[in-house]
Amino acid sequence: MPLATLPSLTPALPEIFLAIAAMLLLMLGVFSSEENNTRMVSYASVLVLIVAIPFIGLVTEGRSVTFGGAFVTDTFAVYIKALVLVSAATVIIMSKDYLKTQGIERFEFPVLIVLATLGMMMMISANDLIALYLGLELQSLSLYVIASFQRDSARSAEAGLKYFVLGALASGLLLYGMSMIYGFAGTTSFDTLARIFHDSHNHISVGVVVGIVFMLAGLAFKVSAVPFHMWTPDVYEGAPTPVTALFAVAPKIAAMGLFIRVMIGPFGELGAQWQQIIIFISVASMLLGAFAAINQTNIKRLMAYSSIGHMGYALIGLAVAGAAGDAALRADGVESMLIYLGIYMVVNIGTFACILLMKRDGRMVEGIDDLVGLSKSNPALAMILSIFMFSMAGIPPLAGFLGKLYVFQAAIQVELYALAIIGVLASVVGAYYYIRIIKVMYFDDPVDELDRGISLEMKTILVVTGVVIIFFVFYPAPLLTGAESAAAALFHE
Amino acid sequence: MLEIGLSHYLVLAAIMFTLGVFGIFLNRKNVIIIMMSIELILLAVNLNLVAFSAHLGDMVGQVFTLFVLTVAAGEAAIGLAILVVYFRNRGTIAVEDIRIMKG
Repeated sequence: MPLATLPSLTPALPEIFLAIAAMLLLMLGVFSSEENNTRMVSYASVLVLIVAIPFIGLVTEGRSVTFGGAFVTDTFAVYIKALVLVSAATVIIMSKDYLKTQGIERFEFPVLIVLATLGMMMMISANDLIALYLGLELQSLSLYVIASFQRDSARSAEAGLKYFVLGALASGLLLYGMSMIYGFAGTTSFDTLARIFHDSHNHISVGVVVGIVFMLAGLAFKVSAVPFHMWTPDVYEGAPTPVTALFAVAPKIAAMGLFIRVMIGPFGELGAQWQQIIIFISVASMLLGAFAAINQTNIKRLMAYSSIGHMGYALIGLAVAGAAGDAALRADGVESMLIYLGIYMVVNIGTFACILLMKRDGRMVEGIDDLVGLSKSNPALAMILSIFMFSMAGIPPLAGFLGKLYVFQAAIQVELYALAIIGVLASVVGAYYYIRIIKVMYFDDPVDELDRGISLEMKTILVVTGVVIIFFVFYPAPLLTGAESAAAALFHE
Repeated sequence: MLEIGLSHYLVLAAIMFTLGVFGIFLNRKNVIIIMMSIELILLAVNLNLVAFSAHLGDMVGQVFTLFVLTVAAGEAAIGLAILVVYFRNRGTIAVEDIRIMKG
């Protein structure tokens, strides 16, 4: 008699591939010559991450569950994983010059990014509380290390320490919530939880509600939404710039994917319990992102507040998905959120590529004042940074405007007028500090010029992101259809 | 005779959890105490899970506990490593001194 049967490995093949690849990359780094092992491992990691994208598409047909229901793949997972993989690969490419100039060129860096990406993919595909926790921790533990990667810098060490303490606290809150849900619902499987709550017709115990609130708090920490945002500015400022670029995109998008999956999957029937909290978090994040960024002088700190604000806008979509009623309208909310996250990723990668190019006499500078006169010393870079800033401020016809438009439209459809109005007002306030950067570049008198000279990789990244942002309005179809089928996969029934 | 039921375990775990959270925010002296508070939070969760597992007659909670214990060990190792890096740079691990960046 067999003791157990081997679960179907096919849905998890990309993750298995990444796990094995990460271990092989580590071996490659250890056993190759010290001169160029970082470069070799970096290129190999980028290759692994890029190969994983079509791989995910190949193994996913409809919705498939494996490992005793703990792991799920569907088009939603494919969409979020593709965004995460693209951003992780781009960050590795962008980090090359920075690591060299800072003297922290070590091959562990790309390997840790691959491991963090693996953790993100696992949490996006989690279909069980235990699987969720393990994926989240694999991601977080790798990120704690790369935040303090510049080990001779006090700022980087401090960023790592702050990120660790608050990240561990967030995991603790999340776990406490999970233990309450397990205790009062009697299971950790998302599918079973969804069935239990579906049959209970809103007669649920207080313990479950407490559990949901704790889980929301933990997840809000991970996406850096107000009131759990306080780690973001310090960590963004202290961490090495490519690491900040990674933090701004990959873990945020993955945690948002997890947020959507948890709220729509097991707790989809309990929208009445969590929608108010999401609305509050969303409004608070939009307002704080708009007002707190005004006085910033450090561009990385400014980007931290900007990303808090953007998470607020994205969460409007989740608030829409929590509204009672028509599944099509709720799916619209998720769809608008996914579009927003896609555009957010492109703009942020482009902006951080510009920040990585801010050097004077070979040293990195990160003050907004250092951009003075960029329009004269490097007109092309100033131009492209202005496009990113206009897009983040939401000026038509750039992509950022369309992202906000979809989100606000979804909110108005389910009569969440207050959210849409506050969103528009917050983006007007936010426009002030984005446009201030453009003013500094074009209208202030230059003092010292920034270094010129842009490597081919950086040029490619800037051009591709710039083109996507400008021409998205003419050809939005790929992102729209992707987001639509991804959102539809969550409301499968 | 006092019978010890599920609620006793839950109250104890809630007290431990609260102590852990307060330990992180009220402590002004030493980062090591913050690490201990984090462990306390995770232990509170473990106690919760084991109590629920026994109460429900379901093994999943105890499996979950084992996973949490394992991850907590890894987390403590990484936290201490980061703390060592920090100490080498600054020569102090007092919580009040962790403020090169405001916030």
